[in-house]
Amino acid sequence: MTTDPKRTDNVWILGAYMTKFGRHTDKDLMDLASESALGALDDAGVTIHDMGVLAAGSLFNSQAGVGQQLQKQIGQTGIPVYNVANACATGATAMRTVMLTIKAGEADMGIAVGVEQMGKGGLLGAGGKGDRGRKVYEPSGRYGSVMSVEGLLGTGLMPGVFAQAGMEYAYEHGGVDFEQFAKVAEKNHAHSTMNPLAHYQKQFSLDEVMSAEMMSYPNTLLMCCPNTDGSAAVVLVSEEKLRTLSKEQQRRAIKISASVLTSDPWTERAQVQPDVNTLTRNAAEQAYEQSGVDPQDLDLVELHDCFATAELIHYDNLKLCAPGEAGKFIDERGPWRDGKIPVNVSGGLISKGHPIGATGIANVFEVSTHLRGEAGDRQIEGAKVGLTHVIGLGSACAVHVLEKASV
Amino acid sequence: MGKQVPIVGYLAIDDGPPHLVAWEAVGSGALYFDRRNADADQGGTEFKRRKLANTGRLRSFTIVHRTVPGVPAPYVSALVDLDGGGSVKANLVNVPPDPEHVKLGMPVRMTTFVAGTDDDGTEAVAFAFEPSEA
Repeated sequence: MTTDPKRTDNVWILGAYMTKFGRHTDKDLMDLASESALGALDDAGVTIHDMGVLAAGSLFNSQAGVGQQLQKQIGQTGIPVYNVANACATGATAMRTVMLTIKAGEADMGIAVGVEQMGKGGLLGAGGKGDRGRKVYEPSGRYGSVMSVEGLLGTGLMPGVFAQAGMEYAYEHGGVDFEQFAKVAEKNHAHSTMNPLAHYQKQFSLDEVMSAEMMSYPNTLLMCCPNTDGSAAVVLVSEEKLRTLSKEQQRRAIKISASVLTSDPWTERAQVQPDVNTLTRNAAEQAYEQSGVDPQDLDLVELHDCFATAELIHYDNLKLCAPGEAGKFIDERGPWRDGKIPVNVSGGLISKGHPIGATGIANVFEVSTHLRGEAGDRQIEGAKVGLTHVIGLGSACAVHVLEKASV
Repeated sequence: MGKQVPIVGYLAIDDGPPHLVAWEAVGSGALYFDRRNADADQGGTEFKRRKLANTGRLRSFTIVHRTVPGVPAPYVSALVDLDGGGSVKANLVNVPPDPEHVKLGMPVRMTTFVAGTDDDGTEAVAFAFEPSEA
């Protein structure tokens, strides 16, 4: 599907907000979701009564009717509500749900809210069978397994899965090593010191990153995203409606130049190790085509650095560097905030945090804030176009291209 | 010795030397280890059993240090491309779990071990890979 930039079904971001990310033990899910929703509405200069659709993304609460719970706090107006769950692309999918509703003409304004309370969640991805009661080995499930295979047939824990993804890139493109992966985390921790909304704002030397507790080689503790609580929200508006709003609202509005959601095309190896590359490449390809933006024109990128190994391979997947040259890209400081294409100037998932449902909207907040010139100390000067990327295993990948433009 | 069962259905232990066996989609040739409803590549519904090789190359790995309770660490989790087709994930054993000894692309061969014994005395047999060159 190609969107003609001249068509008038464009959708714009009218308001955006994210809560401080961190451990919010004194708040519940609705405190966080309400703060971001009301914040985004206020930022947009509208109210819940202007909204024609609401989408809520919260992966760990996907059966809890989070959208309706939120309405009961901030405004029950009877509009359609979608509760969205799509792995780590949950927030981005909620945003797309609102966008598509507007494109379909069912609403001219809507709000997407992502929220998650992860607490101290530990390592994600173990799954498998618990040992309860009498132990009898009987095959069950689609693989006919008789016991949990975690640690017996390799690992399915996230630090390891993404370590294997990084090492696979190293295998295919020689010359990528532990230090280059570690440089990614050095950068994101440094970037986060300028972001007051980040979970952590502490700088670490490359040596400190590399000598931190090894989780799953080559990912050390400082190369893994933390479990984080937080929420983010965006208010979207049709171009036609935006034209009726104030000059100030129009000036601050950000154009969604591309919005793409992909899943895994079939690849054989993905039967045993998630393929985070192919669907990201496909999403990026479509997003560049939809927007007409060249990757080298990007002023900033917020990509899914759940682990340092993941960020490095996405430089290549998103075409921020030449094929096979992701290691060289980080060596040359290309993704640093003063580099060729700044990546994760928010601190990224590694330091800003990764409240799963909120992540895919928080990165839109970050890029939009720079495009509006409102990012304060961490502003990328003169930013005109940015890209956001999230990927959830299973898999779901969302890429958005956002632009500062005149309506 | 008590009864033995394979840890997963795609490990054959009672048909000659232990080996892996996949479902091969007729037509596309796609290989699967799980019970299938259809082929995710081409959509066909006909499958045949295919014996896989016991040798291959280390495509990727990670050395797991922090894991879930009850799993000894560190250990090496490996992705192996099997000679003649098929990719599988398992532990890499009989090698020190450090990046100096575990090398991408190294040739490996399958081995088996007893992963546990249940309350009836039945042993679960698991598979792993080990370096095939000194």
